[in-house]
Amino acid sequence: MTKTLAQHPDLADRFNRDENRVDWHDQTLWWVRQKRDRAAHTLETDWEALRQAASDIKDNVLANLADYLEQFERAAQANGAIVHWATDAAEHNRIVLGLLQSVGATRMIKSKSMLTEECDLNDFLAQNGIEVIDTDLGERIIQLAEEGPSHIVMPCIHKKKEEISDLFHEHLGTEAGNADPQYLTEAARGHLRDKFLTRKAALTGVNFAIAETGEFVVCTNEGNADMGAHLADIHIACMGMEKIIPQRAHLGVFLRLLARSATGQPITTYSSHFRRPAAGKALHIVIVDNGRSRQLGREEFRNSLKCIRCGACMNTCPVYRRSGGHSYHNAVGGPIGAILAPNLDMHQFADLPYASTLCGSCSNVCPVKINIHEQLYLWRQELTRSGHATQGKKAAMGLAAWVLSNPRIYRLAGKMGRWAMRNLPFSINNRFNPWYKQRELPAPPKASFREWYLKNRVK
Amino acid sequence: MKVGLFIPCYVDQFYPQVGIATLELLEKLGCEVGFPLQQTCCGQPMANSGFSHLSSGCDENFVQNFRDFDYIVGPSGSCVLHIKEHLHSQAAPAEADQMRLRVYELCEFLIDVLKVATLSARFPQRVGLHQSCHGQRGLFLSSMSERMEPGFSKPGQLLGMVQDLDLVELTRGDECCGFGGTFSVMEEAVSVKMGKDRLADHLKNQVEVITGADMSCLMHLEGILRRQNSPVKIKHIAEILNAN
Repeated sequence: MTKTLAQHPDLADRFNRDENRVDWHDQTLWWVRQKRDRAAHTLETDWEALRQAASDIKDNVLANLADYLEQFERAAQANGAIVHWATDAAEHNRIVLGLLQSVGATRMIKSKSMLTEECDLNDFLAQNGIEVIDTDLGERIIQLAEEGPSHIVMPCIHKKKEEISDLFHEHLGTEAGNADPQYLTEAARGHLRDKFLTRKAALTGVNFAIAETGEFVVCTNEGNADMGAHLADIHIACMGMEKIIPQRAHLGVFLRLLARSATGQPITTYSSHFRRPAAGKALHIVIVDNGRSRQLGREEFRNSLKCIRCGACMNTCPVYRRSGGHSYHNAVGGPIGAILAPNLDMHQFADLPYASTLCGSCSNVCPVKINIHEQLYLWRQELTRSGHATQGKKAAMGLAAWVLSNPRIYRLAGKMGRWAMRNLPFSINNRFNPWYKQRELPAPPKASFREWYLKNRVK
Repeated sequence: MKVGLFIPCYVDQFYPQVGIATLELLEKLGCEVGFPLQQTCCGQPMANSGFSHLSSGCDENFVQNFRDFDYIVGPSGSCVLHIKEHLHSQAAPAEADQMRLRVYELCEFLIDVLKVATLSARFPQRVGLHQSCHGQRGLFLSSMSERMEPGFSKPGQLLGMVQDLDLVELTRGDECCGFGGTFSVMEEAVSVKMGKDRLADHLKNQVEVITGADMSCLMHLEGILRRQNSPVKIKHIAEILNAN
């Protein structure tokens, strides 16, 4: 296997060359984490009980997913929506393209959808002559910058306002050097208003699809999903098949958790229910598998599908905050991305479960109680089992296991190691030792604890 | 009460004073302490690197060494957590399962089993407490800032019993230091940055000593401090609780 792929340690190393920027990124996301803490603390309902309820509901969904999906389909069809099923990203993209072509649309607006990022829909449509404008402000910014999102909730969180000002100056003709957020937002608003009025096709994501009613809920802060969907003749809603919740009543659990976990808001500004197409308009729902069935079949990793994409695990992750979302080289980064991505491609994403100290903060903030850090550990085992560890690592681990399993060899190796550290420090303290690059090694004592014990305590 | 002293491999090799402090402290508190001489490592380095199937040698060795004790106590939350969660034995499966329930990190043993309420220690310094993640979030040594729960800290409680010790409040009380085992070398850039940031929180609070219940995190922080020629000292919590 050749290692030509970008790997998390290298990308993180690159991100860390600008330490001030790392500090800024860390503090920005930590501030969001603190907002989340405050929102969770001030909720009248017991936060931990709410998390448990959400987790239980999602467990029930995953245990009965096929039935709920069929129930949802029947109800949605009865409402007048047209339901499509896509096995993978390619089929999802073909379905969307086919729908656009069927109405002669060459331009489409899209509100936030991590699923379409996962499927690379924008690139696919561009190759097929369809212009896509992202209407979420953060998404639009990175679209202008020709970048991918670095965060699932705040896609352009890696960009400073001065950089956004430069981008807007170049693309939207705003004043050079004016980085006032109010001014820039106003400019984006004007720019997007024109797109809303002139595009006849709109795509949205889906936050929750309700099996009993066949409706779905889209949560935004900008109202851009509503603006797009209501002005267009055709509304295409794309959802991963795990987005199901059984009943409308369950929204009372999830809507309270989602925004508080994501940004610390009590609720998203818009939580819009879409049930049936308006007269003369069409409503299509595309339900996508793209590896989710496979993940459902992996018992150890199944409950990663409970994820409601709040991004709280990213905001709290001390690694994510200091490596940036792009270091995960996947549409979904951070801890949740690191347990979802290997299911999509074990070779390409074999580095991600290692982009963690297993500190466990992610599992603690997760509103649906996904055991993220335990799954990171389990993915490490799975990757080794399926042959994704390098030869060098296999050899090193084999040697370590042999030394540490044999008390006499362990003691000899320890003694020799400490001797070398004292007498031949350059053999260890050199540029080939990543530990030594920015840290000293411990000062090696002459006697180990055991040697002290034998001398002082064993008569 | 027979206590088996579990000294993790890197403490044995690099920090004998931590083992000595742990031993003396437990004895002071009335325990009959034995140190099984053939112990090595808990197996975590392999397991956390994705090679848990190679840790069976360490597991069997651990079971053989510690089978004769009422309690197994170690001065490292991470190694204790690993044993608690992953110790298995082909040769004596039931015994291994039983041992997982008898293994304790030092602070939790002092608070939960010995029910220590006073200590004779004195340590007249300004101290910052590093909450190591595996002890905190894995063994619940203290409340976690992510969870909406009443605040508590077993290491903090013990440090509170030490005469003249001035414990500082940190801005981010339970953020990871970035050690993470092999993470510290595989993800060197982020690991060091996390360590530097943790240290900055302690340093801005003018600590003289940084302590914690896990020497591995402290080894990483000490490495950065020494490179920076900082006068701030690192002490394992056992050394402070055993100080006179």
